[in-house]
Amino acid sequence: MGGPVIAQVIQYIQSYLDTRGLTPGAAGNMFWVLVYIMLVFAGLSVAVIAMNWLERKILAHMQVRLGPMRVGPHGLLQPIADAIKLLLKEDIMPAEADGLLFWIAPFVVVLAAFTVFVVVPFGPTHAITDMNIGILFMLGVSSLSVLGIVMAGWASNSHYPLIGALRSSAQMVSYEVAMGLAVVSAILMTSLNAEGTGTLSMIGIVQAQLAQGEWFIFKFFPLGLIAFFIFAVAMVAETNRAPFDLAEAESELTAGFHTEYSGFRWSLFFLAEYSAMIAVSSIAVTLWLGGWLRPFPNFLSGTTWDLVFSLFPGVTFLFLAAICFYNTVRMPKHPLFRIQTIGLAGFGVVLGLIGLVLFVPAVSTRVQDIFWFTAKVAGFMYLYIWYRGTFPRYRFDQLMQMGWKVLLPLGLGVLILTASVALLQDKIWHP
Amino acid sequence: MLIGGILVITCKNPVHSALALIVTLLAQASIYLMLYAPFVAGVQIILYAGGIMVLFLFVIMLVSIDRSVRERQFNSQWVVGIIAATALGGLFIAVYTKGKNIFPEHALPVVENDNTQKIAIMLYGQYMFAFEIASLLLLVAIIGAVVMAKKKI
Amino acid sequence: MESMLHITTLHYLVLGAALFLLGVIGVLTRRNVVIVLMSIELILNAVNLNLVAFSRMWGGLHGQVFAIFVITDAAAEAAVGLGILIAFFRNKETVNIDEVNLLKW
Repeated sequence: MGGPVIAQVIQYIQSYLDTRGLTPGAAGNMFWVLVYIMLVFAGLSVAVIAMNWLERKILAHMQVRLGPMRVGPHGLLQPIADAIKLLLKEDIMPAEADGLLFWIAPFVVVLAAFTVFVVVPFGPTHAITDMNIGILFMLGVSSLSVLGIVMAGWASNSHYPLIGALRSSAQMVSYEVAMGLAVVSAILMTSLNAEGTGTLSMIGIVQAQLAQGEWFIFKFFPLGLIAFFIFAVAMVAETNRAPFDLAEAESELTAGFHTEYSGFRWSLFFLAEYSAMIAVSSIAVTLWLGGWLRPFPNFLSGTTWDLVFSLFPGVTFLFLAAICFYNTVRMPKHPLFRIQTIGLAGFGVVLGLIGLVLFVPAVSTRVQDIFWFTAKVAGFMYLYIWYRGTFPRYRFDQLMQMGWKVLLPLGLGVLILTASVALLQDKIWHP
Repeated sequence: MLIGGILVITCKNPVHSALALIVTLLAQASIYLMLYAPFVAGVQIILYAGGIMVLFLFVIMLVSIDRSVRERQFNSQWVVGIIAATALGGLFIAVYTKGKNIFPEHALPVVENDNTQKIAIMLYGQYMFAFEIASLLLLVAIIGAVVMAKKKI
Repeated sequence: MESMLHITTLHYLVLGAALFLLGVIGVLTRRNVVIVLMSIELILNAVNLNLVAFSRMWGGLHGQVFAIFVITDAAAEAAVGLGILIAFFRNKETVNIDEVNLLKW
């Protein structure tokens, strides 16, 4: 009696696990969507933790000092120690603060920062979903984080957070306009193919770059480069990072809008800031730097070049493992350092094993797209840290002046010039 | 969405009302997605929820300083207001029950993937004049808002 | 699942009418000027919902294009309205609509 029921149940479960008919965005299959969401969330958390360590180490090395060295070998366990400290701190709420807003402001910011990753394309079929208004969705959701910041500043009911929140949100809103214009001129370039149909979907943008044979940053040189430059500056200002971090710099306004937040809630803001950085970097990589495409996809094509470029993931991890082993050898030979030396050697061994696994062709073909995308986003993260270590801070009126008086006309000019050049080359669809 | 709307008009604290309005606008965007209008949904999120509501929150923060003093939150003419709204509601109910049969049972068109392209063709082709007038309107609104809020003209 | 009722255009129109009513009640009964302006935004949203629902019913995209125009106009009008509010607040230090009675005889 239970036979046919069990067979039906098994068939039902199997219909969920069947991936043959799936395209990205096939919303009929909730199971795989959940799996992808879990994977992206886990990857993002690992990336944020790695970013924390990388920022402190790289900034320290740029300032000719060593950075955290004690907590793990070369400070590798420092982010974990920070996370434990933040979780154990007392959760303070100011007495006159608006309870509801104080509670939900960090969650709104985190929600906005994480929802953006629903459309980020890690590969031609590796996205959680592929909306055909992908880029519009990303711009819209990242503008929702402004609301969270305004709520956080208001709810703290003290003047430092309020001023910090007002300044921060004014800055974010101003640079959203410049971002939007740069994005529009990149999307204009997607429509320069034979049928004349552009697309707003993130996967479609990268496929347009593949079809047109060049990354959009090099298209109509120097227009693509200027558009990319506008977006790069606007994206640093959008995420409130140096040199535009007047609203949260410690020497200016105590800590801006998150002054009154402690412990876990502060770590949520921190998480949201790094996720927003990764999100806007993904937009920049997708729109201008060719998403998941390996360098020179059309120029150096052919199976031998494909093979050469497919060795990159494994080689990268082996290189990192070699650095680990080199530093293991250079560790001080003192009995108190024995655990750290063993830890570093173990980390090196893990990296080496990952590198060797990535040489296997079955894994390597699947990992290619994700690797190139992640490598480009990692390059952007390094640029973020580099900016923080190098540039002095902009004053607030200089910041607003640059956003409205410099970037906005520049963006409009690039848009008009791109459209006219494309029209002169007779590539734009006209009825 | 209705709960958001009710909260907008009943909260004592204007910041809570603004929050409820944001929730309503986001729900509205998802209803646009149900109506197969993804571009309008995206525009709604970017402009309304991400732009206009930030403006409202700024002004609320600058303006309502003593928010705990306001005890009475309803107007002096609230009775007339409720009567007028009831009359309007009655009108709506009458119209919708009489005209219930002219709406088709099932929605006809097929889902297309180029909604944005079609809207763009229509916006820049047929509605070009309205588009230019809208940009002129925005310019006038910017100048007007800046002049109104300046300290010295 | 066969007994699930289809969501016809009428449902969207009723939802739009309900939102419109809520907005009208908000405009007519609240004291705080900012909440009155937010209720006006509710009214405009209800109109947009009607437009897009009808555009779906007839299959053409005119409703959606006009909805975009309405959203643009709502932004402009919210900006100007809030500017007026700030100018008024600077003079009178209150956001109470009952006290906007300088022209009353």
